[in-house]
Amino acid sequence: MTGDTKAIKDHAALADAFNADEPRVNWHDETLWFIRQKRDKAAHTIPDWEQLRETASRIKHNVLSNLHDYLLQFESNAKANGIIVHWAADAAEHNQIVHAILQKHKVDRIVKSKSMLTEECHLNDYLAENGIEVIDTDLGERIVQLAKEPPSHIVLPCIHKKKEEIGDLFHEHLGTPAGMADPQVLTEAARQHLRETFLTRRAALTGVNFAIAETGEFVICTNEGNADMGAHLADVHIACMGIEKLIPKREHLGVFLRLLARSATGQPITTYSSHFKKPREGHELHLVLVDNGRSTQLGRENFRNSLKCIRCGACMNTCPVYRRSGGHSYHTAVAGPIGSILAPNLDMKKNADLPFASTLCGSCSNVCPVKIDIHDQLYKWRQVIVKEGYADKKKRLGMKAMTQAFASPTTFQLAGKAGRWFMRNVPFVVNNNLNPWYKQREMPAPPKESFGEWYQKNRKKTDE
Amino acid sequence: MSSRDSILAAVARNQPELLPLQEVPSFASEEANLGEKFSTVAVSIGSKVFRVQSIEEAKQILLKEHSGARRVISVFPEFADVAEASPVSDTDPHTLADVDLAVLPAQLGVAENAALWVTDAQLPLRVLPFICQNLALVVPQQNIIPLMHHAYDVIGAQEYGFGTFIAGPSKTADIEQSLVLGAHGARTLSVFILV
Ligand code: SF4
Repeated sequence: MTGDTKAIKDHAALADAFNADEPRVNWHDETLWFIRQKRDKAAHTIPDWEQLRETASRIKHNVLSNLHDYLLQFESNAKANGIIVHWAADAAEHNQIVHAILQKHKVDRIVKSKSMLTEECHLNDYLAENGIEVIDTDLGERIVQLAKEPPSHIVLPCIHKKKEEIGDLFHEHLGTPAGMADPQVLTEAARQHLRETFLTRRAALTGVNFAIAETGEFVICTNEGNADMGAHLADVHIACMGIEKLIPKREHLGVFLRLLARSATGQPITTYSSHFKKPREGHELHLVLVDNGRSTQLGRENFRNSLKCIRCGACMNTCPVYRRSGGHSYHTAVAGPIGSILAPNLDMKKNADLPFASTLCGSCSNVCPVKIDIHDQLYKWRQVIVKEGYADKKKRLGMKAMTQAFASPTTFQLAGKAGRWFMRNVPFVVNNNLNPWYKQREMPAPPKESFGEWYQKNRKKTDE
Repeated sequence: MSSRDSILAAVARNQPELLPLQEVPSFASEEANLGEKFSTVAVSIGSKVFRVQSIEEAKQILLKEHSGARRVISVFPEFADVAEASPVSDTDPHTLADVDLAVLPAQLGVAENAALWVTDAQLPLRVLPFICQNLALVVPQQNIIPLMHHAYDVIGAQEYGFGTFIAGPSKTADIEQSLVLGAHGARTLSVFILV
């Protein structure tokens, strides 16, 4: 996945590979659309939904504008609670800190619950190189780990996998009968296998959903209970979080916990929302605060709002490009619309293609529970990337046309030759009327044809 | 400079001008019957709900529902003849791996999402409600409140080392979005509303 040679495939090439199997693409598309619909149903049961989003957005704006003080407040309260606080400037330092804690305790096998931050830092690879075995305990993450793949979605790590494939993996690794693909049976097999693991590991690593400046505690949300099983059984609990996960007060959880699961999967709340304030008597609780580019993003006026993200995944479920190209086509830990804003901040050259993997339809911004202007930011990244010279030639020309088109909707609508050229060269931008002038629509109908067909049709139109 | 100081310096340099923190508006619910709302949501997320007059009544129901349970832990004295009393706090949590049923009180129930609030004031060991095969929580009807905001009105200043909202049995839909109850935590959750 890593390396900076130009051999890395870009989003379009990876999407093509994903699109080789058309029924599968349709299935992927429909599954995510189904989750998006569940989100809608859940949101519509809350009359105050829009006010909740607005409130959450404002709290996050305040956090970003006062992050320095909140970090200090959080640190001092967490320390007073008995939590050992570490600071990591980048992924490498994060990995070293975790490794050092494990070395100190002479631990060489750990359990880990879902943490996109550790994916971002490639912690598993680093620990493996240092002789430490990591077992992911979220079922979806365990499945992709057995398949030696990264998660393809931040909430639904193996959403790209068919149950038969999971059955094969479990047959090979967990000894389930060949051909067994019943989710109930497979989940039970994973439960047995991971229970044994929970009971024998002395260190547990978890992510963090929210950290509270006022109290120095942090909150982890899961449906499976895997974070709790790991943390409460282990001698050492290490929690890792990006510095943007802070919220000012405990009462603000009332706002965020109402939004998170409803936006993610349509559930009214996750099964467990666990608040860790103090370590268990006689045990160590470590918390690693990680920057890894976040303070830089905070300084980018046009993109700092991306740090409001609470990682619900709604923008992916609704995105017509994500649904039809799959999470792996984004070649970055966090896929989809939000990932395409976060990734160029870390490496503009390597991720120059991602802001172009969008129709700019605006559906992501409309579902985002903290009201991030996702599609506007994608558009702004395109401009930066072109200006900095990171776009390939095709996109550079495309950008010129796009800039013109966006400058004048009339030109865009009446565009004859230019418009056709535009569609030929920047196919993501115009199709099915998906363009920035359609913002008022909550969501365009899910495209019925495959990514390839969809792409081809638009190419053909240009030749008519 | 330490990473701590350099991160803090970069944040201070790059954060925008202060935007004031506003009060959270007071959200209200029009729900007239909180117990009913709670029950409907609880059932929809896989819990079983029973309205009972006494702990004794809850006990009889549980004995029937979980007749096969061998190891039962309950903090309620009414269970003394069928269950172990709650373990002392320095018990090795691993020794709870074979608990079939744990019966615990919850402080609060939230009608909008059927979440129940439990802290270490109710938990002899943090791992207990997760590691047991089946969990039962008892909540007084008058402690069912409408929304999460109301829950935090109550617990916003509460002191605890660990607290958790539990909403339903542990579950996953990671395999092709098929819902399976009983991922890593309790396979079932029985909620007793004490009226
Ligand atoms: S950007 Fe918004 S919608 Fe997307 S994952 Fe983050 S919070 Fe959810």
